[in-house]
Amino acid sequence: MFNRAVDKQQKESNIQRFRLSLLVAFLIILSGMLILRLAYLQLSQYKRYATLSLKNQMSISPIAPPRGIILDRNGIVLADNIPVYVLEIIPERVNNLDQTLNQLKSLIPSISDDDIDNFKRTRKQHRSYSSIPFKLKLTQEEVAIFASNQYRFPGVSIKARLMRYYPFGEVAAHILGYVGRMNERDLQRIDQSNYRATNFIGKTGIERYYESTLHGQVGYQQVETDVSGRTLRVISKQNPKSGAKLYLTIDAQLQKAAHEAMKGNRGAVVVMSANKGEILALVSAPSFDPNHFVNGISNKNYNALANAPDKPLFNRAVRGLYPPASTVKPFVAIAGLEKGYITPSETIYDPGWYQLPGIQHKFRDWKRRGHGVIGLKKAITVSCDTYFYQLANKMGIASIEDIYMQFGFGQLTHVDLLEETSGIIPSPEWKKRSRGAIWYPGDTLITAIGQGFTLTTPLQLANATVSLGLHGKRFRPHLLDRAIYDDGTNQIYKTMEEYPIQLKDNKIWDIVSEAMKSVVMDKAGTGHRFGRDASYSVAAKTGTAQVFSGDQYEKKHYTDIPEALRDHSLFIAYAPVDHPQVAIAVLVENHFIASAIARKVLDEYFKFNQPIKQTT
Amino acid sequence: MNMHSNRPIYRFTPKALHIDWTLFGLLLVLICFGLIILYSASNQDMGMVIRQSMRLMFATVIMLVLAFIPPHKYKLWTPWIYGFGLFLLLAVMGMGKIGKGAQRWLDLGVFRFQPSEIMKLAVPMMAAWYFDRKSYPFNYKTLIIAAFIIFVPALLIAKQPDLGTGLIVAAAGCSVVFLAGISFRILLFLISGIALVTPFLWHMLHDYQKHRVITFLNPENDPLGTGYHIIQSKIAIGSGGAIGKGWLSGSQSHLNFLPEHATDFIFAVSGEEFGFAGSIILIMLSALIALKGIQIAHHAQTSFTRLLAASIAITFFLSAFVNIGMVMGILPVVGVPLLLVSYGGTAMVTFLSGFGILMSISTHRILFNEMR
Repeated sequence: MFNRAVDKQQKESNIQRFRLSLLVAFLIILSGMLILRLAYLQLSQYKRYATLSLKNQMSISPIAPPRGIILDRNGIVLADNIPVYVLEIIPERVNNLDQTLNQLKSLIPSISDDDIDNFKRTRKQHRSYSSIPFKLKLTQEEVAIFASNQYRFPGVSIKARLMRYYPFGEVAAHILGYVGRMNERDLQRIDQSNYRATNFIGKTGIERYYESTLHGQVGYQQVETDVSGRTLRVISKQNPKSGAKLYLTIDAQLQKAAHEAMKGNRGAVVVMSANKGEILALVSAPSFDPNHFVNGISNKNYNALANAPDKPLFNRAVRGLYPPASTVKPFVAIAGLEKGYITPSETIYDPGWYQLPGIQHKFRDWKRRGHGVIGLKKAITVSCDTYFYQLANKMGIASIEDIYMQFGFGQLTHVDLLEETSGIIPSPEWKKRSRGAIWYPGDTLITAIGQGFTLTTPLQLANATVSLGLHGKRFRPHLLDRAIYDDGTNQIYKTMEEYPIQLKDNKIWDIVSEAMKSVVMDKAGTGHRFGRDASYSVAAKTGTAQVFSGDQYEKKHYTDIPEALRDHSLFIAYAPVDHPQVAIAVLVENHFIASAIARKVLDEYFKFNQPIKQTT
Repeated sequence: MNMHSNRPIYRFTPKALHIDWTLFGLLLVLICFGLIILYSASNQDMGMVIRQSMRLMFATVIMLVLAFIPPHKYKLWTPWIYGFGLFLLLAVMGMGKIGKGAQRWLDLGVFRFQPSEIMKLAVPMMAAWYFDRKSYPFNYKTLIIAAFIIFVPALLIAKQPDLGTGLIVAAAGCSVVFLAGISFRILLFLISGIALVTPFLWHMLHDYQKHRVITFLNPENDPLGTGYHIIQSKIAIGSGGAIGKGWLSGSQSHLNFLPEHATDFIFAVSGEEFGFAGSIILIMLSALIALKGIQIAHHAQTSFTRLLAASIAITFFLSAFVNIGMVMGILPVVGVPLLLVSYGGTAMVTFLSGFGILMSISTHRILFNEMR
């Protein structure tokens, strides 16, 4: 028994030991396979893989998507892509970078020190094996010169690239903005993998606001390249998706006319269609040529632009904050009528000043001798300050603040530009919070004539004027009309209707529009510079914003006052009066010609858009 | 002397530590070579090398502690370890945390733990334990039960999904069955059976696993995906040539063309930098360690220890084979690390534990006359 068990155990372990030797054989076979494979790769195929490893470094390269072009409402191109020759460098392939740059400079004279500085800056933001643009916009001749010397410059090559071009130059600069080379800050706000082949990014304006829509989707290609970086063969390719084509609400013709009309002045013009909040023209003067930024503006030129006293880079239309001055009077009148503080037939006597009970100070009318007996309609027509002083005193600041808020003064309109700022509607709380001072009754009076602390943008004024013409309907102003994507889908900007202004009595709108009509048509109207011979009817209001208040200049003729201290002129209007199609706000710094400029722009509009005649 | 004692009596070993010095020496050489490669593969990140060294020291301590425990204790504990491992696998299915898109981890608060690692040792232990009780020749019932012991955990792991570990666990178990002395007739039958169920198993695979297999069959088809990894790693190895580009100067890995170059594809780094000469040393070291393990098995005195020792040795070699084969493009990409060289701790701890058991088997010897 015992021996049999031991024998069996012995037999079993003998079998297992035999299997172990099989296992050893198995192990040796597998090791042999690995070694054979290793020898195949490293010894017999060494040359092939060594070259592959050399070529490898650019084997997969991203393809930049063409940036979406931007057009006006009628399909006129505002921002285009033009093909240019670009000299590009792959730093890793270059042995002595500084020497190469200097040799290139002596070969192609148009290369400047700025180009070299720019290149050194952008280089730090790229991987060393990626292709970095060095000199943009080579001429045919320069391309030929380089091509015959290419052998001297490993790692340098000429590529055909698409570059942004703004055919209208400074006409639409503040709307479109511009693209520029990407910097560190830009890299943080984007999906970097999608921008691997992209060198330019929207910096301001529409280019910035709709960056993700305009950019598109990066593509890839696997290419075999030789040592100098030339593509020998495309192995596989995934095409990029180009960015969306954007149609703006802008009318390029009208934009151009408005830009021309503003020439030589500082200020802004905003023209809006009285329909869905579309902006037809938006001008900030003076302007700049955005094409300089695409080419890579030099530090010197940039500083000259940024520090120019006229501030050409500053978008006055959406960023400029100005006292709205007397243009607010129709709005204040609406509040007064709505709350019953005044009626159209009531009159007051204006001696040329207004005094608050118990206070010595005289709040002066712009007309020193006063307007005499005056009612609402005439008060708007001649822009009587005293009438509105007494109305403000009856209404109180809360009602004024309320009507300003309702029309969107001092608040962001949320237009599709990131540059927009809000402005200020003053109130006792605001003054305490920001100035640490208490609110005086006098503050209420000057707020009612749009002076004092009130600050609005020209865009807010234009948008409020649209609401005036449309009996309280309010829209979010916008520049984008529709986007057409790479795959053909058409996305139309969704018009945002804001909460409307509702009045107890719709006649109030007509009372105010009657008065605004006579601003231009009445012989005493302040809008006489607009002219009474227009082919369309206009409801308008002028404004004069004091830059410097003080008696020392009051009696002087305007030419005796230093230019920077002269009053700003404002003009708001909608036309035609019965069926408003268009609204405009014009602001001219230190000059009185806002009304005349508005006339030129509106004439241009009605040259192409027949006023709709009301048939009764 | 009581011949029927349940406790085998071991010869007193005068050495304080139960170390098999040959095995220990081979492991040490591989580990040092691994750290040198890792320093280059990590783009000269000393922090990574230090962290890896800490893990290695920790795992070595575990190995030495496990070498101390006599083999009969392991035999005694085997069903419990196996049962516990199976329970953890099921627990991971229930409440496992998602790690890299796969349910493999069990969060124990202090550290995260992969139960599938336990099974790499527990499955061959259980199979060895089972065959140790059965006597030769084996009937079909024995084989079916053995199949359950092996494939239930293996399939659970593959389903997690961790195809690489699942295959290794299955291979570890199957090696025990083969060594136990299953007849070649049955073996042939089983192999044809596997060939039949393969299409069925194909449907159980996750999409990415299928994708990997397809890519393996035709890597050029998918240059930006998994195939790209294989192409790049073949270029890295091939461009290394006979003696390599030199330490720290492999362009493929340092320019990031090589994916996962500190972990799963680290063999390609050594191939690129040390060439054929360096790579063959790595392969030979792995083979020698496994051969030493088989030698320990050969001298082992019980069925349990023999089967277990051989299984641990061959499983170690197989994972090295699967990794190197994958990196060289003769096997699909299954995400198996190169043991003791790849950066990362879990599998390393498991296998050094296994080597601890091997050392225990090698150093605790029963006196033969006492057994009689």
